[in-house]
Amino acid sequence: MRLARPGGFVALLALLAVFPLFAGNYPVKLLHEILIWGVFAMSLDLLMGYTGLVSFGHSAFFGLGGYVAALALLRWPGATAALLLPAVAAALAALVIGFFSIRVSGVYFIMLTLAFSQMFYAVAFQAEWLGSNDGISGVPRPVVVGLSLAAPRVFHLFLVGFFGLAGLALWRVVRSPFGHVLRGIAENEGRMAAVGYPVARYKLLAFVIAGTVAGLAGSLFTQLNGYVSPDAFFWTTSGEALLMVILGGTGTLGGAFLGAAAFTLLQSLVSSYTERWMLILGLTFVLFVLFAPGGIVGVLRGRIGLRA
Amino acid sequence: MTPVDLLGQALNGLAYGVLLFLLSVGLTLIFGMLDVVNLAHGSFYMLGAFAGLGLIAATGSFWAALVLAPVVVGVVGALVERTCLRPLYRRAVLDQVLLTFGLIYLFEDVVKWIWGGRIRSIPGPALFSGSVKIAGAAFPAYRLFVIVFGLAIAVVLWLVIERTRLGSIVRAGVWDAEMTAGMGIDIDRVFTGVFAGGAALAGLSGVIAGPIRSAYPAMGSEILVVTLIVVVVGGLGSLKGSLAGSLIIGQAETFGKAWLPETAMLIIYVVMALVVLFRPQGLFGRPLR
Repeated sequence: MRLARPGGFVALLALLAVFPLFAGNYPVKLLHEILIWGVFAMSLDLLMGYTGLVSFGHSAFFGLGGYVAALALLRWPGATAALLLPAVAAALAALVIGFFSIRVSGVYFIMLTLAFSQMFYAVAFQAEWLGSNDGISGVPRPVVVGLSLAAPRVFHLFLVGFFGLAGLALWRVVRSPFGHVLRGIAENEGRMAAVGYPVARYKLLAFVIAGTVAGLAGSLFTQLNGYVSPDAFFWTTSGEALLMVILGGTGTLGGAFLGAAAFTLLQSLVSSYTERWMLILGLTFVLFVLFAPGGIVGVLRGRIGLRA
Repeated sequence: MTPVDLLGQALNGLAYGVLLFLLSVGLTLIFGMLDVVNLAHGSFYMLGAFAGLGLIAATGSFWAALVLAPVVVGVVGALVERTCLRPLYRRAVLDQVLLTFGLIYLFEDVVKWIWGGRIRSIPGPALFSGSVKIAGAAFPAYRLFVIVFGLAIAVVLWLVIERTRLGSIVRAGVWDAEMTAGMGIDIDRVFTGVFAGGAALAGLSGVIAGPIRSAYPAMGSEILVVTLIVVVVGGLGSLKGSLAGSLIIGQAETFGKAWLPETAMLIIYVVMALVVLFRPQGLFGRPLR
């Protein structure tokens, strides 16, 4: 099992990399969305599933990464604008928001993170220099190490590589001693504090790591679509990421990715057959909670004895 | 801004605050008693507005809709509590989030199915179609009606909760549901009743909001966040807090829009962030354990 997992991950990446050879434009576009939302959901899972911090404001970093990338790419379309600046901006924002938010817990943490993300939404929605309601469009894709990401194949490989690296990085984090402390905090914060861990600092670092990864995901989302709008900041963006994590099963990075894939596929599949996709999606969530607690991963574990 | 404008804005803020109160009082009691973060609470507001629209079309009377729409929404609320939420009380909060989020989608789409996605205006009652002169300025009579009606409901609720046996059961349930059940109270029925009552009040808010703010499917998820803010500012599970929070947020948003249109949307979030940071239990919540 231990050896099979890295092997499986590499095989998955290889499959994803060659996917456009067999599929048309639309499935490839869907795959791109799944990869980006997958990374976004995995970063949220680091908070929800591993640290016990249910954030309803993760869209703050997704949107910030998206906006910083849009503004920067319009001026200097390179790797700095595409990756470095959005990551730094998201990390700084996460440091500030996290500093205040981790002082409270439970519902108050949910509400405070929600409030911070909605502040970003309010600013983006009303600021003229950010395009107000319409957002920023016509954002070019960058040139990274001499390769133009405007070419679809190059961009595809770039996304798969990004997904692989982000997944690997988060996996390393949750498997590290640091990750085990996070899990200890989720299980019993008081005990971890009593044993002598500086709990607040651990939580803050987890918050900053998750925010940074989310910012990168946001930047890639802007590059994928060529535009960014205030919707990236809106609370339903956080809500959808939250749904993906719960749908997949909290506390497993693979589950968060599966949840993102299931959500995106379900949405596009159902909406191609019927206008009533919201109804069916909503019904699916309700039935899922009532009859399949533990998410997709929980179902897999129960049915075929798969272990994470 | 002249004193008369100021008064007009204050009354607008008060009317908005009253709508928020009717919404938040149910949410706060449901949270306090059932420990459920009901994200679908805004949907009950939206359902109330559309039920009102349908009932006005069917009966031709705003007053019939005002009475019947909350009943319809209350029944929907009771069904939701019985079928969906009851199995979840002992499960993780995240399951409730997923479920109530699903309900938002479900209700919004059902309404789109029946009424279409357009914004629909709801005709107000003919009795209050005119305007009233206050300090020399015209003010829509219907808004005054909303203010008086909402405050009357607040008084009735306060009397019921503070002065009746039923009210003391509800207060006991908010404080400690398990202990209340231990006293021989059929807490399951109280849960259903509180949830249905909260839904009905949200529906009522939707009906009376209709003539001012119109009806459209996304109105529920829009107002939900504001309602959550009211609940947090006022203090979870507190009736007084819900009233105070509604009035504060109603005024803050109305005056924000009039004075600082650039940053108006920010203000209520800043208010909430300050309250959570410096008084996490809210203005009238009990201290955190």
